[in-house]
Amino acid sequence: MVTKAKIETKNVNFYYGNKQALKNINVICAEHKVTALIGPSGCGKSTFIRTLNRMNDVIPSARVTGEILLDNENINQPRIDVVELRKKIGMVFQKPNPFPKSIFNNIAYGLRINGIKNKRNLEEIVENSLSEAALWNEVKDRLDDNAFSLSGGQQQRLCIARSLAIEPEVILFDEPCSAIDPVATAKIEDLIHKLKENYTVVIVTHNMQQAARISDYTAFMMLGELIEFDNTDKIFTNPSNKLTEDYITGRFG
Amino acid sequence: MKKKIIETLGFFGLRVCLYIVFAFLLIFLYDIGSKGAGTLSWEFLSQAPRRGMTEGGIFPAIVGTFFVTIVTAILAVPMGMFAAIYLNEYAKQTKITRIIRLSIRNLSGVPSIVYGLFGVIVFVNILKFGTSILSAGLTLGLLTLPWTITSSEEALKTIPNSYREGALALGATKWQSIRTNVLPYAMPGMLTGTVLGLARAAGETAPIMFTGAAFFLPILPNSLDDQFMALPYHLYVMATQHHAISQVRPIAYGTALVLLLLVLGMNFSVALLRYKLRKIRKE
Repeated sequence: MVTKAKIETKNVNFYYGNKQALKNINVICAEHKVTALIGPSGCGKSTFIRTLNRMNDVIPSARVTGEILLDNENINQPRIDVVELRKKIGMVFQKPNPFPKSIFNNIAYGLRINGIKNKRNLEEIVENSLSEAALWNEVKDRLDDNAFSLSGGQQQRLCIARSLAIEPEVILFDEPCSAIDPVATAKIEDLIHKLKENYTVVIVTHNMQQAARISDYTAFMMLGELIEFDNTDKIFTNPSNKLTEDYITGRFG
Repeated sequence: MKKKIIETLGFFGLRVCLYIVFAFLLIFLYDIGSKGAGTLSWEFLSQAPRRGMTEGGIFPAIVGTFFVTIVTAILAVPMGMFAAIYLNEYAKQTKITRIIRLSIRNLSGVPSIVYGLFGVIVFVNILKFGTSILSAGLTLGLLTLPWTITSSEEALKTIPNSYREGALALGATKWQSIRTNVLPYAMPGMLTGTVLGLARAAGETAPIMFTGAAFFLPILPNSLDDQFMALPYHLYVMATQHHAISQVRPIAYGTALVLLLLVLGMNFSVALLRYKLRKIRKE
């Protein structure tokens, strides 16, 4: 792996109360690359991606051990300001979750809470973010409409635009296409492909073909353990682990 | 075929239940309305009772109920909403929070006369507020709190977690996510429950009977320390305690009608407010 590591996890363990959900996960997310996490349901891939922006903090019984390095700084320690961290690491969720506001205000939300109030500024960033998320042309004439009037795929691109607006360095996608149709999925995949020029992308996906299509590196997880982590090409053509091979050839999962 | 018959009968039964309930409501409203309407006049609303409360109006009782409800609202609305926000958004869901929540629900089932006694002991005697608007308002406030807290918490629960997480993921603090992305959407529901609780408090007799309501007081209260007349207590007096009950029956019905209209008015205005808030939220 030639490029610089943007995120690196070292022996990350995760517990829900007494139940261990992640065991010694060591993954490197290279800068300006797409890293995909695949594995059967319940393998811990969503739990893992949520440790990267400390989203699991909101779960009362959750406990994370190990180091999670963002630009070589361990973010898994109490003194890290999660608010600042989440500005650097944006997240797009499984189900599109636009807020019940206008399209414009959905994008402006993150900017306003971060203190950007100037109207011209807001308008400019909203336009840029929507263009970057390939949604501008579809919504430019109805920015004041409620975000719920958009289709599922458009809503998800709106959520992507919303996280782009606050200029993160990393974007986490937690199964972003699981609730939308194939055509909309293709659009989002194209988008992710473009996004990696400017951002580091980590994506959890249920869909192996999707991982093969869009990612540079793939981590295969099972039952809370990292089974194999390598170049995507290698994982899908010549995996070193028998379990990986069984999974990608569809023998289980 | 048999299934079909059972279903038809079942729906029929449900519909009959609804009609019975509705019929009682209509009869009740018609009874109060028809018997009270004759008494209603500008004089009745704007004057004090006269001649041993056999003539005149109920103005002091309207004013008293108005002020005592304001004291109730000042205590119960913010405190209830904040308690609900804390319980639902911040408190860890432990055994203790569960016990607290259960206790609050149980408190809403405590008979109002018990609140009245509590008010006498704590507000009137120990805290020395005397029998006054303040004591009565605080007593009613306590009575309303469990309703406010419970209904506000239910309203907060209807807000999907994805709104909270979505805001947090954009770098909002927890309070920012609650203030800007939860409360605005929960507010209509919180207000509805709160105003319903207030309307119920405004119609209570037992809690104010010992804590501040006066049998007959033709002058208006001018401070929180004053006793006051109140609509529900006045109704109670006119219906059961007056020396010429049959003679004042029309006044009792008139009072009941005014009280009813007041409560309906409160519920109607909250419905209107909710509608306005919904419209704002869509923009």
